[in-house]
Amino acid sequence: MKIILGNSHPQSLFAQRIEALSGQKLFACYQCGKCSSGCPMAESMDLLPNRVIREAQLNNGPVLMSCRAVWFCSSCFACAVRCPKGIDIARIMEAVRTIQMMDGKPITEQPSCEDTGTLPQIALVSHFRKFNV
Amino acid sequence: MPEGLRVGYFPGCTLKTDARDFESSALAVAGALGIEVAELSRWNCCGTVYSLDAVNLMPRLASVHNLIRAEEEGFSEIMTLCSMCYNTLKRTNNLFTSINSAVVADAPWRTAINDFLCLDPGYSGRVKIYHFLEFLREKIKPEQVKDLVVRPLDGLAVAPYYGCLLLRPKEIAIDDPEKPEILTPFLSALGAKVIDFPLNNECCGAYQTAMHPEAVARRACRIISSAQSEGADMIAVSCPLCHYNLSALQNATNSRQSGPKAMPIIYFTEIMARAMGLNYQTDAANMTPTSVPPGRCRASAWEAAK
Repeated sequence: MKIILGNSHPQSLFAQRIEALSGQKLFACYQCGKCSSGCPMAESMDLLPNRVIREAQLNNGPVLMSCRAVWFCSSCFACAVRCPKGIDIARIMEAVRTIQMMDGKPITEQPSCEDTGTLPQIALVSHFRKFNV
Repeated sequence: MPEGLRVGYFPGCTLKTDARDFESSALAVAGALGIEVAELSRWNCCGTVYSLDAVNLMPRLASVHNLIRAEEEGFSEIMTLCSMCYNTLKRTNNLFTSINSAVVADAPWRTAINDFLCLDPGYSGRVKIYHFLEFLREKIKPEQVKDLVVRPLDGLAVAPYYGCLLLRPKEIAIDDPEKPEILTPFLSALGAKVIDFPLNNECCGAYQTAMHPEAVARRACRIISSAQSEGADMIAVSCPLCHYNLSALQNATNSRQSGPKAMPIIYFTEIMARAMGLNYQTDAANMTPTSVPPGRCRASAWEAAK
């Protein structure tokens, strides 16, 4: 059987998956850092949002697979409205989360039972939808 | 008072439980302003968060079902109180209304969703989605509110907090994403002094409260401190999750004896209803274990207005 490898070099698969899942142009980012400077959750992140994009451009799979920053993104879209290149960074964060979950490496913790008793429904339902595939 | 102002109402889950005082106060205000609010006879969860996945159809369907029901019941306009419901329904609706969708990958979805649901002719996209705040701005003049005020707030310093989902992304924003002031004319009409503070459009941490409460507490602490340093007596919110997150911090703060002073976090409709002298059910106020009684700080004018 003849197998044809197209333009997709195996090493670029990670970036391609992110682009497909997010619908965003990963390589439009020129690292201005505006997303990270306005991110309300940046102080809790191990990789800043612009760094997540950079690692994705470089196909640095191992770094992205162990990246906890994407789990702190609360999809507030401050980065998306401010990006001078029109990239919806929240979609990229979601794509990395999805890949981590699809590849069987979820880094999420479940809230404890005591906590869930006092949480409003919107927090619980959002949590289940964001952090489970 | 305008006549014949009728709008469909999508409540969403939290308005029927944790945020019942938000719903009842909003309905009281709407009634006083002559707006007939008709709750959809059948509705389901909106999905709470708009899916950011560009390939998976399923997370959009809950919202589409609600929009179809609104159309079936003959509503051309529906209104929500919860910011998350507003954001999710409006963005889903945009899939059907905007030909040049902001996200290119979204464009073919209109056909795909209608094909999947096997509906003929399918959802048309004709229902307009409002948040109650936007509805007030479009249909009601602040003077009409002013005419109904019986207990003016006498210069009480109220800081409107908008959060993220009413302002972002741009295609669904009800106001300027960087400098929102949609609440200002209405709060001024009640006699309040409106406090503009720099973090009024920053995220409170949203659903991260389930997984990373400590990070959300830091956010809330910063937001409340910012409002306090501008001289606010209380913060007016429009989202049940913002309400929870900003209030939840305060118990932790009170036990630590550090951070900002306790500050009442109140739905904007409650402020309106009280200034207008309206009675509304407040039974849910005691349901939220983290709610802070009003008047813990220098809100003596608020106490007098109750």
